[in-house]
Amino acid sequence: MKFGLIIEIAKALMLARIKQTMVAAVGVTFSITMFIALLGFMNGLNDLLDGLILNRTPHIRFYNEIKPSEDQPINVFEELTGFYNIIRSVKPSGARVNIYNNEAIIQTLEKDDRISGIAPKITVQVFFNVGNVDIPGSLNGIQVVEENRLFAFSDYVVAGDFMNLQNTATSIILGKGAADRIMAEIGDYVQVTTAQGNRLLLKVVGYYQSGLGELDNIQSYVSLATAQKMIGESASYVTDIQVKLHDFTLAPAMAKEYSTIFDIQADDIQTVNAQFETGSDIRSMISYAVGITFLVVSGFGIYNILNMMIYEKMDTIAILKAIGFSGTDVQQIFTSIAISIGFVGGVLGLIFGYFACLGIEQIPFETEALPTIKTFPVNFNPKFYLIGGVFSLVTTYFAGFFPSRKASKIDPVEIIRGK
Amino acid sequence: MQTSTVIEAKKINKYFYSPGKVQVLKEVTFSVNKGEFVSVMGKSGCGKSTLLYVLSTMDTDYEGQLLLDDHLITDQPSQVLSQLRNEKIGFVFQFHYLIHEFSVLENVMVPGLKLNKLSREEVEHQAMEKLRIFDMHEHAFKKANQLSGGQKQRVSIARALINNPLIIMSDEPTGNLDKKNSDIVFGIFRELVQEFHQTMLMVTHDSELADKTDRTIWMEDGKIVSHL
Repeated sequence: MKFGLIIEIAKALMLARIKQTMVAAVGVTFSITMFIALLGFMNGLNDLLDGLILNRTPHIRFYNEIKPSEDQPINVFEELTGFYNIIRSVKPSGARVNIYNNEAIIQTLEKDDRISGIAPKITVQVFFNVGNVDIPGSLNGIQVVEENRLFAFSDYVVAGDFMNLQNTATSIILGKGAADRIMAEIGDYVQVTTAQGNRLLLKVVGYYQSGLGELDNIQSYVSLATAQKMIGESASYVTDIQVKLHDFTLAPAMAKEYSTIFDIQADDIQTVNAQFETGSDIRSMISYAVGITFLVVSGFGIYNILNMMIYEKMDTIAILKAIGFSGTDVQQIFTSIAISIGFVGGVLGLIFGYFACLGIEQIPFETEALPTIKTFPVNFNPKFYLIGGVFSLVTTYFAGFFPSRKASKIDPVEIIRGK
Repeated sequence: MQTSTVIEAKKINKYFYSPGKVQVLKEVTFSVNKGEFVSVMGKSGCGKSTLLYVLSTMDTDYEGQLLLDDHLITDQPSQVLSQLRNEKIGFVFQFHYLIHEFSVLENVMVPGLKLNKLSREEVEHQAMEKLRIFDMHEHAFKKANQLSGGQKQRVSIARALINNPLIIMSDEPTGNLDKKNSDIVFGIFRELVQEFHQTMLMVTHDSELADKTDRTIWMEDGKIVSHL
């Protein structure tokens, strides 16, 4: 009831100065609109760029690295323990890149419920034989269905059906760049030679385009079985195990954990792609900074308008105090004016911001490098709307704080006598 | 009937500090009884308005003691004083000081709503009744700035009455009005005292008006020089 009265008086004061009040609210609306549009667009781009790499990167990758053994034989030779053993020119041995006992590893991983999916992979270095020229390439032997489920493989197959890779024997999906260089059409056969010297004819069933030119020049895909056949290995041969987690922030810890259990190299996504995270963070930070600057500027607008209102309404404040309103009551009146301006301006800003984002989403944005993108990407994360809303209230509260406090300290005697 | 004291001032001293230290009230001691119509007279600058604002509890910068309804109110926190003003004191100023954005009725209702003892409907009913006393009920739904000066002053008297205060204080209530309107306003004051036994304290420099009150306190140079 008492608070109702304060709101009623605040409303009357705002209506008396409706134009200025509206200008102040429009200031807030504008800044929130820009804030939402900017963050939505910025993060849309961020997601796109991160997605280019991160979506297709396993959260943890298990593999055997080709490197010299850390336990050189001399170190186990008992008679020389306690000596300084210096070995020069250590070379890596012909270690197996095959992951030993990979079926057991995969079975163990499947039981871990932090893991959302596992896709084994074989990487094979090959040459494409085109006439007299050998063009180097890298073939990834994949389990087509799992690869698609975990890494959105089909999104990047720009021509042909990706399932043909599994359904057609000895088929290949060529990287767009490689395909252009080899001049291979879909349905053509290309001849490849592996590093081991095996030759094979592969049927082109599609093109793959990731958006990263360098990758597309080198990378092509075959099925796991085809890759095993090419290098003449059995069906148990796998060089990489790719793991996707439900929560990718667990990756570093889990990589370490399984690395010791299986005695195998394990890379986590954070370590491999640290620079992408950093880039995204900085872009977000800049957009927040710009958005908040807008809000602070509109806060000054509110500050000015409230100050003016207080000067104009000195008489009203004096009489309110004379008839029994305390300083706190008066402060609440002006604070609620500020908050109302912030609330109305903020809500409108969020709505307009949403429409602005819808607008940006309609702007065509087509580029060779990004085959899946037709219009500008926009992120509609409710988090931005929440932050925008909260910030509009917080800044208007602070903008209203000092004028309200001033109003609360007005001495009614001075005003009433001074007339 | 035993007459009770509504407001009592004991040895009130007050100083103004700018430009130099000037004593504006000197050992002012007096009291107003229930149902009395008291006027404070004096030349301009004698401290009579200053005294009124000290009594009104709005000005707390004084020495001495002030009792309202036999309770000491000197040095009470401002929240308590606001509450007291709202409940026990009505004001009528030289300038009407209505809130222009509100209607006449709402202006009268504000102190009642602030007091928050009655429901909105009851306050509205009471406000209407008070306006009826002054024949202002026909203007109840007009905006305050559509009224003439005399009408505004009547509305502000109605506002002063809404919480049935112990005492109404007024500072030159007719100072801004012509002869006809000031007669009407003064007539209302008399009527309030006679019919409703309302206690009144009025500051004025008009000796004609002062003569018509029950008692006149003469002030000169910050001191009370005579009670009549």
